[in-house]
Amino acid sequence: MSTARLHGPARPQPFSDTVTMLRRNILHHLRAPSGTLMIIAVPLIMLLLFVYVLGGTLGAGIAAGGTRDQYLGYITPAILLTTAASAMQMIAVWVSMDMTTGIIARFRTMAISRGSVLAGHVAGGTILIALAIAVLLALTLLLGYRPQADLLHWLGFAALVLLVGFALSSLAVAFGLFARRPDTASNLPLVLMLLPLLSGGFVPTESLPGWLQGFAEHQPFTPIINTIRGLLSGTPDPAAAAWAIGWCAAIAIAGSVWSLRLYRRHAAPAATGATGA
Amino acid sequence: MPQSRTPAIQIAGLHKSFTDKHVLRGIDLDIPSGIVFALLGANGAGKTTAINILTTLLAPDAGTVHVAGHDVVTASDAVRASIGVTGQFAAVDGMLTGEENLRMMARLAHLDTKRAKARTAELIEQFDLGESAKTGAALYSGGMRRRLDLAMSLMLDPAIVFLDEPTTGVDPRGRAVMWDIVRGLAAQGTAIFLTTQYLEEADQLASRVAVLNEGRIVADGAPAALKSRVGDGHIVVDVATPEAFDAAAQLFPAATVDRDALSLRLSEGTDANAVRELLVRLDSARISVANLRIVTPDLDDVFFTLTGTATTDNIQTPTTRAEEAAR
Repeated sequence: MSTARLHGPARPQPFSDTVTMLRRNILHHLRAPSGTLMIIAVPLIMLLLFVYVLGGTLGAGIAAGGTRDQYLGYITPAILLTTAASAMQMIAVWVSMDMTTGIIARFRTMAISRGSVLAGHVAGGTILIALAIAVLLALTLLLGYRPQADLLHWLGFAALVLLVGFALSSLAVAFGLFARRPDTASNLPLVLMLLPLLSGGFVPTESLPGWLQGFAEHQPFTPIINTIRGLLSGTPDPAAAAWAIGWCAAIAIAGSVWSLRLYRRHAAPAATGATGA
Repeated sequence: MPQSRTPAIQIAGLHKSFTDKHVLRGIDLDIPSGIVFALLGANGAGKTTAINILTTLLAPDAGTVHVAGHDVVTASDAVRASIGVTGQFAAVDGMLTGEENLRMMARLAHLDTKRAKARTAELIEQFDLGESAKTGAALYSGGMRRRLDLAMSLMLDPAIVFLDEPTTGVDPRGRAVMWDIVRGLAAQGTAIFLTTQYLEEADQLASRVAVLNEGRIVADGAPAALKSRVGDGHIVVDVATPEAFDAAAQLFPAATVDRDALSLRLSEGTDANAVRELLVRLDSARISVANLRIVTPDLDDVFFTLTGTATTDNIQTPTTRAEEAAR
């Protein structure tokens, strides 16, 4: 090599490093599209099952004279959140894979922004969740769902989706760091996939047994579902929106703090550390 | 340039324990810049722990460690900017191609697009990765993955390169290639800190060798000095019958013998003359030889000589010249 030593003073560049990590993240999804497509499989099956198998009866249950088509509109917000939780599984698995292979040791021995590895996953996860939700929403449109939202409502919806994506990605990254192995990393997000079922998303909370009503009314997904429903039907619900934003902020902060703590504790990757070899 | 006055590595009183094990028990080392240094030790001796501390992956429990003049604890980013690390487990992204891996490193090194492109091309050329540059790294052979791994570590042309067991699990041809690469780097003035389980590797590459045993440095010096303490190795003669064994044992009273195995171990030189003389003497005494092997000193011999005890486990089987010639 004719070049002089190239490196200057150590100065990590958080933004540039995060973009590099995001680029890597996106390349991973492009290289393994089948895994990425699997994200929408379960929510889609749930959608078809609930609408075309159970929808006649459930539609009559949500309102007097309710129809299958009305029920499609009713469950769409909950299905969108199920999709987000499904994407969380993939995010957690990717993070766990990163932490259990040698590549993380390389990143740790480089003069790069410490948080960029995690920030890249959060950014990539936010995009993934937003795209998955967009795909599912498009499918409901194909099935005959007709939102009543105007431009402003759609913008609000888009902003909420990004906020939800950011919050749930932060949490998914923490789940991925918490898991010891990639094959167990999807377990915790799986619990979150069930949460929309225990909300007002599939049936009105009033129809639930009393002991479950309290939980369903106050769990974080309920105000998010109600906000989405309000925006898509053209009748925004400001109170629900305030709760939704609050929950998202709380989840994002909790996820980020937990992630950073777990990340610091990963002193060396399991493969090379602790055995003293 | 790396040939500055600052020593590459200064370690004083380094200790590291894990919950159940005191891995490093007081290490002191001063390694000048620009040399190839080998840390020799068996599995479990603490080599990887030492590298993890030097490369800022682990914090020391006690003692001070400076790499390129920077403290690994208080100036870890300055250390990271001066080093390249290739660990035991290939740190490449299998989902990306070789070229994409290198471009990612270039971006993380904050090279501008033009320099990133040039440096990537340069490394692909230098490490003979051209044909597979557009192939996913997951499909690479072990040797190729190590080459890519090392190329990625060299993106910023670091002053000090750490190689943790660079040829463990690599076939003989891959080992020769890796040795050439290390020699090439050394010729450019890059300081190299490598760990190895193979005495031969340390001898071939390093100008200075330290032996790590049970968390302590038990020897430190030029490879020739180390080897002269261990000796040249020995010749092992296997005979076919107990009668032949008795005759041979009488002929060579100084030999270390194993009657059950019908095997004699002779330590009076291993060069061609010694072998010829030995065979002539056996032949004239009409002792037929079943097998003759020349055993070079291995890590086991080193530890035996230096500590008086054989290492406990995981020692490589002795590499014989006959076996290597057969490859």
